Amino acid sequence: MSTAVTTVKPVMPAKHYLNDNYGIRSWLLTKDHKRIAVLYLVSITFFFFLGGIFAALIRLELLTPQGDLFQSDTYNKLFTMHGVNMIFFFLIPSVPAVLGNFILPIMLGAKDLAFPKINLMSWYIFIIAALFSLAALVSGGVDTGWTFYTPLSTGYVRTNVIVMAVGILIAGFSSIFTGLNFIVTVHRMRAPGMTWGRLPLFVWANYAASLIMILGTPVIAITLILVALERGFHIGIFDPKLGGDPVLFQHMFWFYSHPAVYIMILPGMGVISEVVTCFSRKRVFGYSFIAFSSVAIAVFGFVVWAHHMFVAGISQYSAMVFSLLSFAVAIPSAVKVFNWTATMYKGSVTLETPMLYALAFIGLFTIGGLTGLFLAALGMDVHIHDTYFVVAHFHYVMVGGMVTAYIGGLHFWWPKMTGRMYPEAPAKLAALITFIGFNLTFFPQFILGYLGMPRRYHSYPEEFQVLNVLSSAGASVLAVGFLLPLIYFLWSLKYGEVAGDNPWNATGLEWTTTSPPPTHNFHEVPVVTEEPYAYGEEEGSGVH
Amino acid sequence: MVKRRDLVSTNQTTTTEHHPALAHHFDNMEQQQGASTFGMWVFMLTEIMMFGGLFAAYLIYRLKYYDAFKAGSTSISVSWGFANTLVLIASSLTMALAVWAAQRGDRKKQVTFLILTMILGAVFLGVKAKEYKDKWEECHIPGHVIGKGFNTWGGCDVNNPKLGNIADEMRDPKEHGDPSIPEVSAIQTAKQTEIFFSFYFAMTGLHAFHMVIGLGLLTWLTLRARSGEFGPAYYTPVELGGLYWHFVDIVWIYLFPLLYLISRHQHHG
Amino acid sequence: MQFKLPLFPEQASSVAVQVDAFYLFLVLITTFFSLLVALLILFFVIKYRKRPGVEAEQIHGSTLLEIVWTVIPLGISMVIFVWGAVLYYHIENPPANALEIYGVGKQWMWKFQHPGGQREINTLHVPTGRPVKVTLISQDVIHDFFVPAFRVKTDVLPNRYVYSWFTPTVPGSYHLFCSQYCGTKHSAMIGEVIVQKPDDYAAWLASGKAEGSLASMGEKLFQEFGCGTCHRPDSGARGPSLQGLYGRPVRLSDNRVVVADDNYIRESILNPNAKIVSGFQPIMPTFQGVVSEEGLIQITEYIKHLSVQESEPLNNRTNPTELRDNEVPTIQQELQQGSQPAPTPGKKP
Repeated sequence: MSTAVTTVKPVMPAKHYLNDNYGIRSWLLTKDHKRIAVLYLVSITFFFFLGGIFAALIRLELLTPQGDLFQSDTYNKLFTMHGVNMIFFFLIPSVPAVLGNFILPIMLGAKDLAFPKINLMSWYIFIIAALFSLAALVSGGVDTGWTFYTPLSTGYVRTNVIVMAVGILIAGFSSIFTGLNFIVTVHRMRAPGMTWGRLPLFVWANYAASLIMILGTPVIAITLILVALERGFHIGIFDPKLGGDPVLFQHMFWFYSHPAVYIMILPGMGVISEVVTCFSRKRVFGYSFIAFSSVAIAVFGFVVWAHHMFVAGISQYSAMVFSLLSFAVAIPSAVKVFNWTATMYKGSVTLETPMLYALAFIGLFTIGGLTGLFLAALGMDVHIHDTYFVVAHFHYVMVGGMVTAYIGGLHFWWPKMTGRMYPEAPAKLAALITFIGFNLTFFPQFILGYLGMPRRYHSYPEEFQVLNVLSSAGASVLAVGFLLPLIYFLWSLKYGEVAGDNPWNATGLEWTTTSPPPTHNFHEVPVVTEEPYAYGEEEGSGVH
Repeated sequence: MVKRRDLVSTNQTTTTEHHPALAHHFDNMEQQQGASTFGMWVFMLTEIMMFGGLFAAYLIYRLKYYDAFKAGSTSISVSWGFANTLVLIASSLTMALAVWAAQRGDRKKQVTFLILTMILGAVFLGVKAKEYKDKWEECHIPGHVIGKGFNTWGGCDVNNPKLGNIADEMRDPKEHGDPSIPEVSAIQTAKQTEIFFSFYFAMTGLHAFHMVIGLGLLTWLTLRARSGEFGPAYYTPVELGGLYWHFVDIVWIYLFPLLYLISRHQHHG
Repeated sequence: MQFKLPLFPEQASSVAVQVDAFYLFLVLITTFFSLLVALLILFFVIKYRKRPGVEAEQIHGSTLLEIVWTVIPLGISMVIFVWGAVLYYHIENPPANALEIYGVGKQWMWKFQHPGGQREINTLHVPTGRPVKVTLISQDVIHDFFVPAFRVKTDVLPNRYVYSWFTPTVPGSYHLFCSQYCGTKHSAMIGEVIVQKPDDYAAWLASGKAEGSLASMGEKLFQEFGCGTCHRPDSGARGPSLQGLYGRPVRLSDNRVVVADDNYIRESILNPNAKIVSGFQPIMPTFQGVVSEEGLIQITEYIKHLSVQESEPLNNRTNPTELRDNEVPTIQQELQQGSQPAPTPGKKP
C-alpha cells in the first residue's frame, strides 16, 4: 500500500446549480430542488432567530419573580409567538425542507423530486403562511398559547386568532406537499439497484416523517378551520355555553400535534445515522432495526395523543390505555440510541463538528426521552403536567435533539451544498458553547417543574428565582452558540476552503457528485450495487 | 461502491424521441405517469384525513345530542339532497367517459364530456345555493353574524311564524312529529340544533369549496383537451382530474346519508 | 434577590410521599441510562479513536443484542407503567368519607365553599388527618387546580364538575396554582391552601360568618325556584322524587341507567331534556342563566342531604352502584311496591 498520497487541491466545479442561472426570476421560479432547499434555508433561519428573540425576551422577564419587564398580555403573546414560530415555521420544515429537499433526491440517485413544481409551490405556501403569521404578529400578536385551547381561544381573547390559525393551517399544507413529494419520490424514483434495503437511513427517516405529515396534518387543518369559524361566525362547536365540548378540541388538536413531534424528530434522527456512520468509518449497527423503528415510531405516534390530556377530564380507563401505548412508543427510540452507540464500537472515530453535534444529540435526546417516561407515567404526570418539567422535557428533545441534529446536518452537508468548508475551529467552539448553554438553560427547569412552577407564568413565587436566573444565564450562552454558526457559515461562502466532491470520505450517492452539484445532480446516472454505509471497501482518493 | 454507466439509465426506452410532455427529471412516460397517479392517491388520502376529522367530530356530537340532530336532519330537504346525489353520480359518469375519450384520443368527446361534467357540477352548486338560501330564510344559519340570527324555535318571520320553526315541527303530526312532546322541551331541543347546523355548513361548505376548485381544474383541462394535448400516449392530467372529481363525489356520498338521511322521520319512542 | 434554592416541594399530603418515591425511582433510572449512554460514548470515542493503521471493523449488527435492548427497556417501562397506573388510581379515586368542599374557578380567582356555608376567595382552609375532596367547576375557560405540596392536579372545566382529593398531613401554608393557561392574569391566579390541625380548623370554621350551611342555602334556592312543586315524593308528582337520589342509579326513558352524581344533577337543572327519568314527561324548564354556579353547588348539596330514612337498602345491597342494570326499578315501580318510604317533606339536614 502506498504511503505517500498526493492530494490534489479541490477546485470548485465550473458550473453548478448555484451559478447555472442568475437573476431573481431564476430563483423565484426555480424547479430545482436544491435551490428550493436554499430558499427554505433562508426562510426558516429568519423564523428561528425571530422565535429566538421571543425566547430571549421571555428569559429576560423571568430573571425576576415579579412581572416587571412586560405587561401580562405582552408576555402571553411572547410565549405564544415563540411556540408558534418555532414549531410551525422552523422545526417542522427544518430538516425535511432544507436538508431533505436538497439531499434526498441525490441520495436516491434521482434528478429531482417527483413533483418539482409542487415543491416550489410548497415553498410559496410556506411564505404565504409566514405572511399570515407576521400579520398576526404586527397586528398585536396572539396570546392563546401555541395550543389554542378552547374556549379561551374561541371566546375569550381579543387578539388576532383567526389570522394566526389560518397561517398555521396554510403552513400545514406546505408540510403536506413536501411529505407527498418525498413519498412518491422514494417509491418511484430510486436509481437502478437502489432497493428498499439499500436506502440510506436518512431516507427511511424522512419517509417515515412524510407518512406522518400526510396523515396527521390535515386534522390540524380542519381543527383550526373550526376554531376560525367558531370565532368568526360565533358558532359553537367547542363552546361549552352552547353545549360544545372543549375537550373535543384538545383531542383533535393533539391528534396531529403529537405525531407532529415525530415529524420533527425523525428526520433529525436520520441525520444522526448518516453522521455517526461517516465519522466512525463503519456501517451502521442494526440497519434494519433503525429503519423499521422509524416506521414504528410513525405508526405508534398516532395512538398516544391523549397523554397530553391525562388531567384534562378524560376517563381513567382511557388514561391507562394511552399511558401504556406511550411507553410502547418510547422503545423504538431507545433501540435507535443503542444502535448508534454500538456503531462506534470498534470504529475509527474522529470528532469533526458534525460528529460533535451527533454525539450531543444522542446524549441530550436520551435525557429528553427518558424524562418523557416521567410524563407517560400517570401517577407522576398528575404532579408535573403543565409545569416547567414539561418545558424542560420538550426542549431537551426539540432543541437538544432536533435543533442539534439540524445544525449538525447543516455542517455535514454544507460542503456539498455550497462547495465550501466551514471553519472547523470556530465550529467546534460554537458546538461546545451551545452544549453548555443548552444544559444550563434547561436542566434547572426540570427542578423548577417538580417544585411546581407552572408553565406560561409571567410572575412566580420568590423561591423559584435562583433556578430561573440560572436558566436565563444559560440562555444567554446558548444564544451565542446559535449566533456563531450564522456568522461563520456566511463567512465561509466567500472565504471557506473549497471542499471538493467528498471532503468527509463518506459513502452515499450525494458524495459521488460535485460540490456543489450540477443542476441535474449527476453527470452520469449512478447504478447502485452495494449496501449503504459500505465503509469497509472504499475507492477514491480519500486519505484514511 | 458505485459503478457508473455513461449515457442512459437502464430504464429508458430505446427510442431517443421524447414525448413533449415528459418532464426532464423522469426517465420515461411510464415512470412519470406512475408517479403522478401515485401522488394523486396520496393527496386523496390527506383529504380523507381532513374530512374524516370533521366527520368524526360530527358523529361524536350526534351521539351527544341525538334528538337535536334528528330534528336538524329532518329540517333539511331530502329531495334536493337526493337530486344533488344523482347529479353528482351522473357527473362522475361523464367524467369517467371523458377519461376514456382522452385515452382514445377522441378530442371532441373529451371536450364534450368534460363540459358536461362541469355543467352537472354547476347544477350541484346551484342546488346547494338554493338550499343555503332556504336555510337563510328559515334563520337556520348558526351564529349571529350572518342573516337574522339563529332561531329554530320561535319562527323566523313575523308574518309566517311556522317558517323554520323546528320546535313546532317536532310536535306536528303532519310533519311526522310527536304532539306529546311539551313545547318547552321542543324549544330547548331546537336551540341545540345550532350545533347540527354548524356542522351542516362546515361539512357541505368544505365540500362545495372542493367542488369549486374541481370546476377550476376541469376548466383548465377542457382548454388543454381542446388543443388536442391528450391521447393514448399522454392523458395523465385527465386521469388525475378524474380521480379528484370521483373523490369529491364520494365525499358527498358519505355526507348525504350522514346529514340528510339518518334518523330522519323516525317516530319518538 | 433571595438566595433560596429549594429542590423539592414540601410533602404535605399522604400521597406526596408516594409520588416522591416514584419520582426517585424514575430519576434513578434516568440517571443510570443517561450515564450509561454518555459513558459508553465517551469510552468508545476514546478507545476507538482513529489511529494510523487501525481500521474500523464492519459489524452488521446483532439480533441478540437488539432483542436484549428492546426487551429490557420494555420490561422497565412496564414496571413504570404499572406503578404509575396504580398510583394514579389512588390519586383519582377519593375515599367515601371525604370532607367535601366546592370550588369555582373563574378568570382570575378561586372561590371556595365549605359545607357549613363558609366562603373563601383565593384561600382554602383544610384540616389535617382526613381526606378532603374538592369538587370544582369553571365559570369561563379551562383552569387547573394544582397544589404542588399535595402532588395533585386537575383541569377545571366549564360545564362539568371535576374533583381532586388529598389528605393533608402537615399544617402550613402552601401554594395553589392555576396551571392551565387561562388568559391575561393566569400567573396571578394563585391561591393559598392553609392546612390546620383539626382543632384550629374547627375554630376557623366557627369564626367565619357563614349564612348557613351550603345545604340550607340550597334549600332556600329550592324553595325560591319552586322545585318542590313538581319534585315531590308522592306518586302523582310531575317530577321524580329527590329523596335519597344522590348516588343512586336512575333508569332513563331510553332505558339507559346512569348514576345521579354532581354532574347529573347539574345537567338536569340546566339541560333537563338531556336525560328524562323513565315514566316522566319532559316538561321541566331549564334554569340556565337563572342560577349561578355557586347556587348549583348549594342545591346539589341540599339534594345530597335528602336521605332515605330507615329503609332497607335496595335489594339488600349497601352500595347502590352494585345494582345491575335490569335490577334498577323505575320510580313508579318503587312507589307501587311501597319500597320507597314517604319522607318527611322539608326536613332540614
